[in-house]
Amino acid sequence: MKLDSKIPGGPIQEKWDARKFETKLVNPANKRKYKVLVVGSGLAGASAAASLAELGYQVECFCFQDSPRRAHSIAAQGGINAAKNYRNDGDSVWRLFYDTVKGGDFRAREANVYRLAQLSVNIIDQAVAQGVPFARDYGGLLDNRSFGGAQVSRTFYARGQTGQQLLLGAYAALSRQIGLGAVKMFPRTEMLDVVVVDGHAKGIVVRDLVTGEIRSHAGDAVVLATGGYGNVFYLSTNAKGCNVTATWRAYKRGAGFANPCYTQIHPTCIPVSGDHQSKLTLMSESLRNDGRVWVSKKQGDKRKPADIPDAERDYYLERKYPSFGNLAPRDIASRAAKQVCDEGRGIGDTGLGVYLDFRDSIQRLGKDAIAARYGNLFHMYAKITAEDPYSQPMRIFPAVHYTMGGLWVDYDLMSTIPGLFVLGEANFSDHGANRLGASALMQGLADGYFVIPYTIAGYLAGQKAGAVKPDHPQFGKVAGEVAAMTKRFLSINGKRTVDDFHKALGRIMWGKCGMARNEKGLGEALREIPALREEFWKDVKVLGGDLSLNQSLEKAGRVADFLEFGELLCRDALERRESCGGHFREEWQDDGEARRDDENFCHAAVWEYAGEGKAPVRNVEPLEFENVHLAVRSYK
Amino acid sequence: MKVTLHIWRQSKKSTKADFAQDGKMVAYELEHVSADMSFLEMLDVLNEQLTKKGEDPVAFDHDCREGVCGSCGVVIDGVPHGPERGTTTCQLHMRSFRDGASIYVEPWRAAAFPVLKDLVVDRSAFDRVVQSGAFVSVNTGAPQDANAIPVPKADADRAFDAATCIGCGACVAACKNASAMLFVGAKVSHFLHLPQGRVEREQRARRLVAAMDAEGFGNCTNQYECEAVCPKEIPVRVIAEMNREFVRSKLVEEPPSTKRVGGDG
Ligand SMILES: Cc1cc2nc3c(=O)[nH]c(=O)nc-3n(C[C@H](O)[C@H](O)[C@H](O)COP(=O)(O)OP(=O)(O)OC[C@H]3O[C@@H](n4cnc5c(N)ncnc54)[C@H](O)[C@@H]3O)c2cc1C
Ligand code: FES
Repeated sequence: MKLDSKIPGGPIQEKWDARKFETKLVNPANKRKYKVLVVGSGLAGASAAASLAELGYQVECFCFQDSPRRAHSIAAQGGINAAKNYRNDGDSVWRLFYDTVKGGDFRAREANVYRLAQLSVNIIDQAVAQGVPFARDYGGLLDNRSFGGAQVSRTFYARGQTGQQLLLGAYAALSRQIGLGAVKMFPRTEMLDVVVVDGHAKGIVVRDLVTGEIRSHAGDAVVLATGGYGNVFYLSTNAKGCNVTATWRAYKRGAGFANPCYTQIHPTCIPVSGDHQSKLTLMSESLRNDGRVWVSKKQGDKRKPADIPDAERDYYLERKYPSFGNLAPRDIASRAAKQVCDEGRGIGDTGLGVYLDFRDSIQRLGKDAIAARYGNLFHMYAKITAEDPYSQPMRIFPAVHYTMGGLWVDYDLMSTIPGLFVLGEANFSDHGANRLGASALMQGLADGYFVIPYTIAGYLAGQKAGAVKPDHPQFGKVAGEVAAMTKRFLSINGKRTVDDFHKALGRIMWGKCGMARNEKGLGEALREIPALREEFWKDVKVLGGDLSLNQSLEKAGRVADFLEFGELLCRDALERRESCGGHFREEWQDDGEARRDDENFCHAAVWEYAGEGKAPVRNVEPLEFENVHLAVRSYK
Repeated sequence: MKVTLHIWRQSKKSTKADFAQDGKMVAYELEHVSADMSFLEMLDVLNEQLTKKGEDPVAFDHDCREGVCGSCGVVIDGVPHGPERGTTTCQLHMRSFRDGASIYVEPWRAAAFPVLKDLVVDRSAFDRVVQSGAFVSVNTGAPQDANAIPVPKADADRAFDAATCIGCGACVAACKNASAMLFVGAKVSHFLHLPQGRVEREQRARRLVAAMDAEGFGNCTNQYECEAVCPKEIPVRVIAEMNREFVRSKLVEEPPSTKRVGGDG
């Protein structure tokens, strides 16, 4: 597998301008001859589809929800970063770039991250022009808050619903193009394969989730913006439909999958309440602006939190990381929570939880001020737990939240399959081994609004428009394979439900490849997952037919892919014999802090599919740091 | 706890105006329901049991399960999203029901929202209304600096209150006229309170109202059922704002060229 990152030459500040200048253009009259298929309508997909249509390309856009507005991006709570420096607190493009590279534990490509920081400022301008109602101060100017891993206030927000407001902005732009006939939208449609003709991505095969019909769509390029794969763990903060299917099937058609083991465990989520639990709910990182994290200094302390005096509380983040305190980055805060729980100091019946306490802020600022900042989050917490976070601390615990790994892309966001572009959480590009809070929204929108509209032209300019039609035999072949898989699920008629298998996979993943990983556990996982997969194909029970709305069938396809992908994730975790960011190998640590091995692992691991039953091939893209000094990541 | 569920079962898309012909209520007993379960988790448990017995599980829409995507929504004991105010179905917990309760679960009922299967309805009419004009006509590019136009905090907050609409359709389901005015009013109000949105106000009011009518939604007769069930508690003042904007748009002459062109329109 050839991995040419295509990073432009020159100083880092000028690389993006250089690329924009050297990229070939498609003239306006020709643009409408090219068709681009955009899979996904989250921040990345909706912004890409709208922007490409505005430029004049024909666009078809797909999502599995009943409306593009419901993509998982809608659930993002806390905010979006941008190096505006409106606060005059020392922020700059360079600082955002530096914080992101360091936050990612020096495992991201410098040039991409720099471009992201540059584009961050345009995103805010664009969103405001669309009518996104960001929070404002009394002077009418935009307000900011702080997020983890940064010492400046650069996070723009819309109460606790930033993702919703940004997505509605992108959805509005997309809707405008749909209304104009420039984008054809296919909701309730699931992409089940990529069609590669003569080495180039020229289409997709989809299933209409209402009628069950399997259809082919041909295009001149395919853009995947299908989100992350956190649900491989079953329980996560992701929406229930989030899946790996689109990227996994692209992988099996030749797209390299980079760093699947980089998964983010978010420190502040509502703990599991029972076996019925179907998902976990995030309590936004923004809460750590005003909430203090603590546990008792004593093991097994069963007193009520209010009865534990300050002197007997361990505000462990403030103690261990005095300069960042409660705003230590996510991987570090999660690990610290695990540590205190492992020591027997966790709270609640299960001992798997810590407190996030607003007592001091409420005393200092008043209840109203706290309600104005986090009202909807407090409301959500109270709904789920039946506890009042204004009068007693929240109980929180880490949960799977985000996936930094994804399909490998070059600087132009093109995968190893020419013509297949990957945006947003689905790619691996910008966050290295750990993503900082409020940076996913930024990346999704940078990719969709500002990167792909330029870079796709460079590819399309070399392609004859409409060269491949849906009657090309390759479409028939792929559609046949997809239909056969669908039929196979329905024919097994075993005894266990799809959810049952998904939960079993989740238990393996969380237990052996979660917050801490080691050689032994990963070895076990690598034996257990294929066994579970085999069991699935023998004993799963999927009822109903293929030519109708069939939610069990949809889930079966997604879980079948997770059962394959989970193995790759564990394999990647096993092979990365170092700790970095969210990937914590117990063998490589200094007193609970991750120990990187820059000599042997300063690279992205890019997995190449080798065929059914064959071990995948691990390729590497070396990472070079010319602008940021590789250092031990310290938040002390 | 234990509950008896009466759930609307329908295998195919509604075709007739008389929906009663398309499906029927079916009763299910469910034991070992925990008070901490969400309503949808309770349905998950039912579906697991049905599947194991070889019976078709109940289809319902859902995704985020956090009350923000607007996917979920069923009528519970006659009330869209059930008994708790300001709460989506996915955020409703079984502790809101008593042990031994009989619970009636039905899909949204509205001519503009045909039932696709069981509790799943087609809400694409909402998307088409939005496509007609609920946006600011600005292309991706290099707009002015975000802080160039200050927006009074009160205006931004008012816009935000309307913009929190999740497009679930409960307002339509609650209304005896199946009116979409709370939804459409929320769109109008969101843009009305922002300088960026005000530029196209007349055109937006005209187009949204026309699209809403074309989709077959009814008119508002001031029952305010919509406000009562809205999980985001969007106030009915947005309907008044929409009406005012619509009347106002009638007084302003339509500009000669509002013909819409593909691409950059
Ligand atoms: C609870 C929560 C809170 C968060 N808060 C923040 C925050 O405050 N700040 C921040 O920066 N980030 C936050 N994140 C992360 C961020 O929301 C996501 O990383 C980001 O929104 C992903 O956007 P996306 O466009 O890449 O994908 P998504 O929004 O996940 O969209 C994926 C799209 O792909 C479609 N799709 C997927 N598979 C298929 C298929 N096979 N066929 C057809 N369509 C398909 C879906 O329908 C959907 O439209 C949060 C995440 C969670 C879970
Ligand atoms: S599932 Fe998203 S709002 Fe209920």
